[in-house]
Amino acid sequence: MAKMINIALPKGRLGEKAYKVFSEAGYKCPEIEESNRKLIFENEETGVRYFWAKPSDVAIYVERGAADVGIVGKDILLEYAPDVYELIDLGIGKCRMAVAGIKNKRPSTDSVLRVATKFPNIAKEYYASLGRDIDIIKLNGSIEIAPLLKMSDVIVDIVETGTTLKENNLEPYESIVEISARMIANKASFKFKQTEIETMIEKVKSALAQRS
Amino acid sequence: MSYREVLYGEEAVILKLRSLYETFGYKKYSMSKFEEYDLYLENKSFLPSSNILAFHSPSGKLLALKPDITLSIVKNAKGKAGAAERVYYAENVYRASKDDHEIKEIMQVGLEYIGEVDTYISGEVISLAVKSLRSISENYIVSVSHMGFVTGLIDEYGVSFSLREKLLRLISNKNTHGIKALCEEHKIDSRLYESLEVACGICGDFESNLNKVERIAVNSATKAALDELRGIFSVVKALGAEENVVLDLSVLNTIDYYNGVIFQGFIEGIPCNILSGGRYDKLVEKLGKSGGAIGFAVYIDLIERYCKSDREYDVDVLVVYSGSDVQELALKVAELTANGESVSVVKNDDGSLKYRKKVVVQEVGVNG
Repeated sequence: MAKMINIALPKGRLGEKAYKVFSEAGYKCPEIEESNRKLIFENEETGVRYFWAKPSDVAIYVERGAADVGIVGKDILLEYAPDVYELIDLGIGKCRMAVAGIKNKRPSTDSVLRVATKFPNIAKEYYASLGRDIDIIKLNGSIEIAPLLKMSDVIVDIVETGTTLKENNLEPYESIVEISARMIANKASFKFKQTEIETMIEKVKSALAQRS
Repeated sequence: MSYREVLYGEEAVILKLRSLYETFGYKKYSMSKFEEYDLYLENKSFLPSSNILAFHSPSGKLLALKPDITLSIVKNAKGKAGAAERVYYAENVYRASKDDHEIKEIMQVGLEYIGEVDTYISGEVISLAVKSLRSISENYIVSVSHMGFVTGLIDEYGVSFSLREKLLRLISNKNTHGIKALCEEHKIDSRLYESLEVACGICGDFESNLNKVERIAVNSATKAALDELRGIFSVVKALGAEENVVLDLSVLNTIDYYNGVIFQGFIEGIPCNILSGGRYDKLVEKLGKSGGAIGFAVYIDLIERYCKSDREYDVDVLVVYSGSDVQELALKVAELTANGESVSVVKNDDGSLKYRKKVVVQEVGVNG
């Protein structure tokens, strides 16, 4: 008998898009499409069990083996560096990690740079590669306020369309890295459910190929 | 089943492993919990984390709680040419956990062979790794790889030192799209990407996969690695340990410890590898000894953490007593324990213990 695959999806738009890819690949789960208060959705026929998790927690569920497979943004993988297999770049949820700040103003290079961000590790690594001394201000949301209130010189954050930045008189200064959704898998699960996960990789890849 | 018949996971496993290792002539190696801090300072690149618990001894020496056993074993090995040493250990090590950076005590059982390592020795050690896991659970997998294969490929295409580590990390995550992007960005020969894509995809039956990678073995280093793996597998087979041994060329270790064959063990239900090992000649050389070494460690604490036995009862019989006739009480306890039942004697049943049967011993007589 084929083994069930547990899949962690990130709550929100990205997760919905990812579920669409999976359902096109033959991993439909009618339950998930109904709106109800259930937390875990199962389809024995296709051998999958989905659940929604906070996007930044998906990698934790996978690393700890509660989910065999997960969908997660590259930003989360770069920030937390979980020990998992990164199997497919789904090419959805595309955006970039960028440095942004007040429009037409570049922070001076003669002092320590104050950086507000949700991604302290990405910011640290980026500025270390430039040899720049920085002061990290870790925030959990509404990062854009920090430079407006002069708490930070710049922010390091995800930029999708740039509208929020523009409306607040901010602009992206430089790009750090391109981001998109990735399919990850637990390293131990991959060994014990290898046939199932490898079949899934093939099906998802061909579903993605059909789209483009 | 009486709860006493349930195996106490950790302790039972340690006993089984000890007798297994002794069958193959490995000697128990006990050591102190401390080691001189300088040893770790000098060999930092061989440690998975630089977070070491150090303190001053009363005589002013700087000591450390051991973060690793292998270093101490190699340091104390005689390292005489032609005299091999086979040892095993069951010790606690102290390491910072990745999640909260707090120091954790981790129970490790491991085995080391120090001396000239040949194909038979590698096969013997891997067989013991396989049999170690088999004694814990029948649902195990041992993935075997060879550092020389992947590094041989990387060296063939002249990859700079700074990219090397990035590439190794991508390979160990089977991140083929990442390898492709990195090769394109740094204008590395696309044949490297093509070969690594094949290597990352290898995970499964040992012999048929060895034949599959034959065609990407472009130079003498990669060919030698495959030949060595083939030889080792024939030993593992002869020793009756080939079941569930797979070839997985993405198994790597970025810490500067291993140089040849490398392997990891998994048990179903535990989300990370419970066994890790390989060849580490470089460390032996660094510590000024001759010969090579190969060994592995089993992270015993994972068994307790993930394979919890959901015991129905804490004890078989809860004996609740009141009054002062302790002799009668003791006789009752003696009778129960003689019948092989476990007993907990308490004054009040406060509900904190789960039991199968309750016996109340009162001043007048016994009410079952």
